[in-house]
Amino acid sequence: MQSGNEGTELLKTTGLTKVFGEVKACNGIDLSIAPGEIHALLGENGAGKSTLVKMMFGVLDPSEGEILWKGQPVRIGSPGEARRLGIGMVFQHFSLFEALTAAENIALVLEEKTPIHKIAETARQLSVDYGLPLDPNAMVGDLSVGERQRIEIIRCLLQKPDLIILDEPTSVLTPQEANKMFETLERLKAEGKSILYISHRLDEVKRLCDTATVLRHGKVVRHCVPRDETPSSLANMMVGSDVETVKREGAAPEFGKPLIEIRNLQRPPATPFSIPLRGIDLTVRAGEIIGIAGVAGNGQGEFFEAISGEAVQKSPDVITLNGEKCGTRGISGRRLLGVGFVPEERLGHGAVPSLPLSENMLLSRHQTDRKTMLGAFGYIRNAAVKAASQRVISEMDVRKTAEDPEASALSGGNLQKYLIGRELDRQPSVMIVDQPTWGVDAGAAARIRKALIALARSGSAVLVISQDLDELFEISDSIAVMHDGRLSEPVPIAEATYEKIGLLMGGAEPGHMAFEGVKEEAGA
Amino acid sequence: MDIFQSVLLTIATASTPLLIAAIGELVVERSGVLNLGVEGMMVIGAVCAFAASYLTGNPWIGVLAGILAGAVLSLLFGVLALSFATNQVATGLSLTLLGIGLSGMIGEDLVGRAGERLPNLDIPVLTDIPVIGRLLFGQDPLFYVSIALTAAVMWFLFRTRTGLTLRAIGDNHKSAHALGISVLKYRYLAVMFGGACAGLAGAHLSLVYTPQWVENMTAGRGWIALALVVFASWRPWRVIGGAYLFGAVTIGQLHAQALGFGIPSQLLSSLPYLATIVVLVLISRDRRLTVMNTPASLAQPFVPDR
Repeated sequence: MQSGNEGTELLKTTGLTKVFGEVKACNGIDLSIAPGEIHALLGENGAGKSTLVKMMFGVLDPSEGEILWKGQPVRIGSPGEARRLGIGMVFQHFSLFEALTAAENIALVLEEKTPIHKIAETARQLSVDYGLPLDPNAMVGDLSVGERQRIEIIRCLLQKPDLIILDEPTSVLTPQEANKMFETLERLKAEGKSILYISHRLDEVKRLCDTATVLRHGKVVRHCVPRDETPSSLANMMVGSDVETVKREGAAPEFGKPLIEIRNLQRPPATPFSIPLRGIDLTVRAGEIIGIAGVAGNGQGEFFEAISGEAVQKSPDVITLNGEKCGTRGISGRRLLGVGFVPEERLGHGAVPSLPLSENMLLSRHQTDRKTMLGAFGYIRNAAVKAASQRVISEMDVRKTAEDPEASALSGGNLQKYLIGRELDRQPSVMIVDQPTWGVDAGAAARIRKALIALARSGSAVLVISQDLDELFEISDSIAVMHDGRLSEPVPIAEATYEKIGLLMGGAEPGHMAFEGVKEEAGA
Repeated sequence: MDIFQSVLLTIATASTPLLIAAIGELVVERSGVLNLGVEGMMVIGAVCAFAASYLTGNPWIGVLAGILAGAVLSLLFGVLALSFATNQVATGLSLTLLGIGLSGMIGEDLVGRAGERLPNLDIPVLTDIPVIGRLLFGQDPLFYVSIALTAAVMWFLFRTRTGLTLRAIGDNHKSAHALGISVLKYRYLAVMFGGACAGLAGAHLSLVYTPQWVENMTAGRGWIALALVVFASWRPWRVIGGAYLFGAVTIGQLHAQALGFGIPSQLLSSLPYLATIVVLVLISRDRRLTVMNTPASLAQPFVPDR
């Protein structure tokens, strides 16, 4: 525990404000964390959570306000200073180096001149103590996301911090891995360490955290005790209004003929750090939505590239879209069959950040809408392109500041609505989406999910790859799980439970569920 | 035997400047910075080294002047590409153009003057050992510097904490910044080390290889050095192999011309460059090797947000 005066806050902020240009990302935040408590920081994407903790960890300078550490006002000028004070942080997007080993990654933040092999030994010991098995000599690039997070946590613990900041730690874990991490956190709390826990998963906050601070639009909405709240009351505080839940209506619909047929799709790893695809079979019928769950980095990205035609197959028979064998066709060839694709990364993959929306429209549809958008000799019909762009903007309720803004000027949610709408506008008979609502606010996410369900109801086949299990349970007719480049049989939604899907995400074979955890122990 | 020995000696002399310049650029690129100005820094190093040596009559002062000139020019690159986060490719290219132009101006009055050659090492007894004596103990001092430099860089990059930090910055500068590592400080030092090496390589050309000043005397060696770094897939010991392979082809074609093979001399002169292209193609076939060693943040400008 804290030495000395009990009841003093470990960390307290008063009026902490950060201004980016004209936007106040954080606006007068008052927050205090007591020793030995798990404090939740709740809020939607863009509510200012990340900005706030970056100021606490010395990555960003506050524009106004004060941070008190153990009662003393401090100016945290760099992450190094934060660490010296006793603040450790586990980042959401890991701050690891792929081309280095786990031990080297850890050594980088330890200032003393301990040789690497000693660090490796200490790290291994600590990882066993906390039940987070870790091979210190493994190259980070070869590790799964869950394993990478263990390195981050171990690295943080080796610095012996009093306060540990965890930024959305479970977003990349299977439910079982998350449970294991909660045990670790409880243990750290019992040792008297404080934890600032950032999440938007309300049930885990309710279960784990002692106190919570809810942010909305950069301001503190409320301080509360999560155990006294319900997930829906917490959600209302975060969003500021009742959250619309998306429902699939009526009984299980009848499905039509198969529109996506994938037969024994194999793909060698494209880079040393990517996952090979090992014989994937999948059928999606007209009117059906199949969700693909899985922990990030298990081959979902590689799978998407193989279906979208970014990576073509050797034989046309491997992939049949809309009744046409098209394994050897490229992206445009597949789009011409009436297929729509939305990749995971919005900026740089789904859209060119520096081009206006209308030109981004043309870039994806110059082949499929050749007749309307292009004239003789490939002359661009700007009016037709702009009209299509406007149609999507009003259909999907895209909020923008200019007439035809650059893609990068839109918020994540609005750009995602535009990209989904750009494909929906063609009435595709097959739609394939990777992470449809990643980093998108609740309102926009509901809008996107509704649109996908409506598309399926109109008779299209929809394939959704997502790391958000709640989302898949909300919209899918069946859920298949991707693990280590293999795809499980789709589980019909009526039979799917979080536990079942979670075990598949961890690599258990259906029917061999009891094997959970064995692999990890063996690897330690 | 004497011919064989002298061929080996000329190969070593031809390879040394390539090795020095490439090993410097390797450190720069390992930190995630692509400085295409090697040719420019090298030629400035060559002219300054010759000028200082000519004015003072001491070639060692020339060596220091070459190192200093390369480092100063690289500092200009650093200010632009690191502090102002300009496009590294464009900045590097203009550095080369600047270096070539500037060196021509500085060296205008020096063309055709005879300079002092940096004396070869000569240790009685040892140098006189037959066959290997001259090779091991009788070369120019910068030859030994180039080998020591490569060993030192290997040790630094893979055995020291500072070297680890440098490699980490090259792999992911955002993560490095988040850990509190001063990305720009490391990169400035790396860039200046690269500049000093390029300057030293230039000094070798004008004080050892051909002890005189000829305009544009680097003749594309800076570009070869850049290619060698990729050829070596960013690993120091492979740079030695690459530099000597290239040196051997260069010298080989000279001897082939002298022996009067029925091949046009232009074709023979282009051999080293063709060899580089072939080797680069071969190297890029092994993607795993390339990707594992390529500094992932190479040539990406870094702007810390505060």
